[in-house]
Amino acid sequence: MSEADTLLYLDGVTVNFDGFRALNALSLVLEKGEMRAVIGPNGAGKTTMMDVITGRTRPDTGKVMFGLDTDLTKLDEPAIAALGIGRKFQKPTVFEPHSVWDNILLALSGDRRPRFSLWARETAEEKRRIESVLETVRLKDQRDRRGGDLSHGQKQWLEIGMLLAQEPQLLLLDEPVAGMTDAETEQTAELLREINRTRSVVVVEHDMAFVRALDVKVTVLHEGSVLSDGSIDHVSADPRVIEVYLGR
Amino acid sequence: MKLDRTAGLTLGLTFGIPLTLALLNQTTDVSAALHVPTYVIALAGKYLCFAMLALAVDLVWGFAGILSLGHAAFFALGGYAMGMYLMRQIGSRGVYGNAMLPDFMVFLGWKELPWYWHGFEWFPFAMFMALLVPGLLAMGFGWLAFRSRVTGVYLSIITQALTYALLLAFFRNDMGFGGNNGMTDFKDILGFPVQADGTRSALLVISAAFLCAQYLVARSIVRSRFGKVLIAVRDTESRTRFLGYRPEAYKLVVWTLSAVMAGIGGALYVPQVGIINPSEFAPANSIEAVIWVAVGGRGTLTGAILGAVIVNFGKTWFTGALPNLWLYALGALFIFVTLFLPNGVMGLFAARAKKPAPELEAAE
Ligand SMILES: Nc1ncnc2c1ncn2[C@@H]1O[C@H](COP(=O)(O)OP(=O)(O)O)[C@@H](O)[C@H]1O
Ligand SMILES: [Mg+2]
Repeated sequence: MSEADTLLYLDGVTVNFDGFRALNALSLVLEKGEMRAVIGPNGAGKTTMMDVITGRTRPDTGKVMFGLDTDLTKLDEPAIAALGIGRKFQKPTVFEPHSVWDNILLALSGDRRPRFSLWARETAEEKRRIESVLETVRLKDQRDRRGGDLSHGQKQWLEIGMLLAQEPQLLLLDEPVAGMTDAETEQTAELLREINRTRSVVVVEHDMAFVRALDVKVTVLHEGSVLSDGSIDHVSADPRVIEVYLGR
Repeated sequence: MKLDRTAGLTLGLTFGIPLTLALLNQTTDVSAALHVPTYVIALAGKYLCFAMLALAVDLVWGFAGILSLGHAAFFALGGYAMGMYLMRQIGSRGVYGNAMLPDFMVFLGWKELPWYWHGFEWFPFAMFMALLVPGLLAMGFGWLAFRSRVTGVYLSIITQALTYALLLAFFRNDMGFGGNNGMTDFKDILGFPVQADGTRSALLVISAAFLCAQYLVARSIVRSRFGKVLIAVRDTESRTRFLGYRPEAYKLVVWTLSAVMAGIGGALYVPQVGIINPSEFAPANSIEAVIWVAVGGRGTLTGAILGAVIVNFGKTWFTGALPNLWLYALGALFIFVTLFLPNGVMGLFAARAKKPAPELEAAE
């Protein structure tokens, strides 16, 4: 693998919360166009890893590089979002009073400054993009409903739709199928594979059936660092992984 | 711009009622049954200025989640700018007959006009200052506060501290704004005697026009894409940052605009009540403005106007009939509204129409 193929590079990232080490010299390399599943028990540091990548949490030590020369630890959340890193939260967070349509509208990539949004009118191009996103996440019939009125699974999908509307290079999804039915989970796996054709994805999940369905390289986190990585069959045969998941 | 029923009614009543009052005052004889006495005109004008303050508070509280407990400061600053103009119009008609210096400066033994009083004899300059001073203060304050991500109760407390600091400053005689007594005994505005019925009626109608204009501006802002971002910031600020928005920039714009709106209200208030003094900076005034908005219905704009008028009408009645009980009544009203009418009076209308406004229901 050449350096030019690297999209995201975490090197020796450590995060302490009042003496508690949430990430411990974590290193991880993601290639352009790759989809990666990250698994690990509760408290392993998966969400903290996403916080570090998206600028919410500054690491105490370590490097977080995006592309060849962008150091993410020097940037804040809006700047990182503008670079093309989108994030879906563990707890679905959509804009509840706004319609499904407006949720997507606010997420559409474009000028974020007040001086633009004060005068902005919805263009035909924007309408077309919103419709296409709603089509992809199967929320076309719900476009006029309040975000807050959607079911849990629909909110998860709306948030994925908002992520797509941002047109990011890299999508970070934190437990996207939590609370979904089996059928919805399957559809989500399909959707992520579809998205992965054009974008890189990091997906954190607990649901093993889902991870299996994605059929991508898996990284197992434990106590803030990488315990094991490889195919799902490889990691689930790894005795250290078995011990962490089943040993106690 | 399309107007729905609520907006149409709001504009119609906000302009129609004051206009009718003014016309009845001007065209009917004092003895006529339909005659509106001048004191009613003055009261109505005062209510409308308070409604502008309420609208300003609702814009930041209802739509950006910034609970300002210092908005009366911006109102008062606009009022002082107008007060300075009116003082300069008195000229040699003051008690000391000094054409250049207002009475209180002569009384303090000052020999010349302080530099910051220059230009205020010119109406357009004074009005420009009534917008600029509150706007600049809000911009500086907001830039510091929002950039450091001060939110919630902490922000409310520092807005309260801001108005309190100004209260203390304006009390001082050496500030050159009349100290404790403030400014009063105004003679005329743009050549018209401030006390005259005709002037008062005109000021009432002008206030109504400004209130309508402010309502329209506020409404188009909250319905714009900017407004949608603002509501998103109010409910889930951190989420907007991960979408690439800078909440501090949005808050700063709306906060500054809101201060300017309050300043306009203050500027129109002073000629109609005939006095401006430091008590306008009193922390309680800002808190009252928040209560007006809560009573009318936070995040509805129309409710802000309605709340300001209803509560102040109540205040006028109470201070006449049972002056000692007003503060208790106000407190009780606030508790009642908080417990039983979370969306204020507008919530009652919306419940009847079974169709809550999207801005309204979200204001939690
Ligand atoms: N802001 C914080 N302050 C203190 N501790 C935190 C904070 N965020 C996360 N933690 C702790 O760090 C550990 C890792 O958390 P997290 O990254 O959310 O794990 P995961 O997503 O893998 O379940 C947990 O023990 C959690 O309690
Ligand atoms: Mg987590």
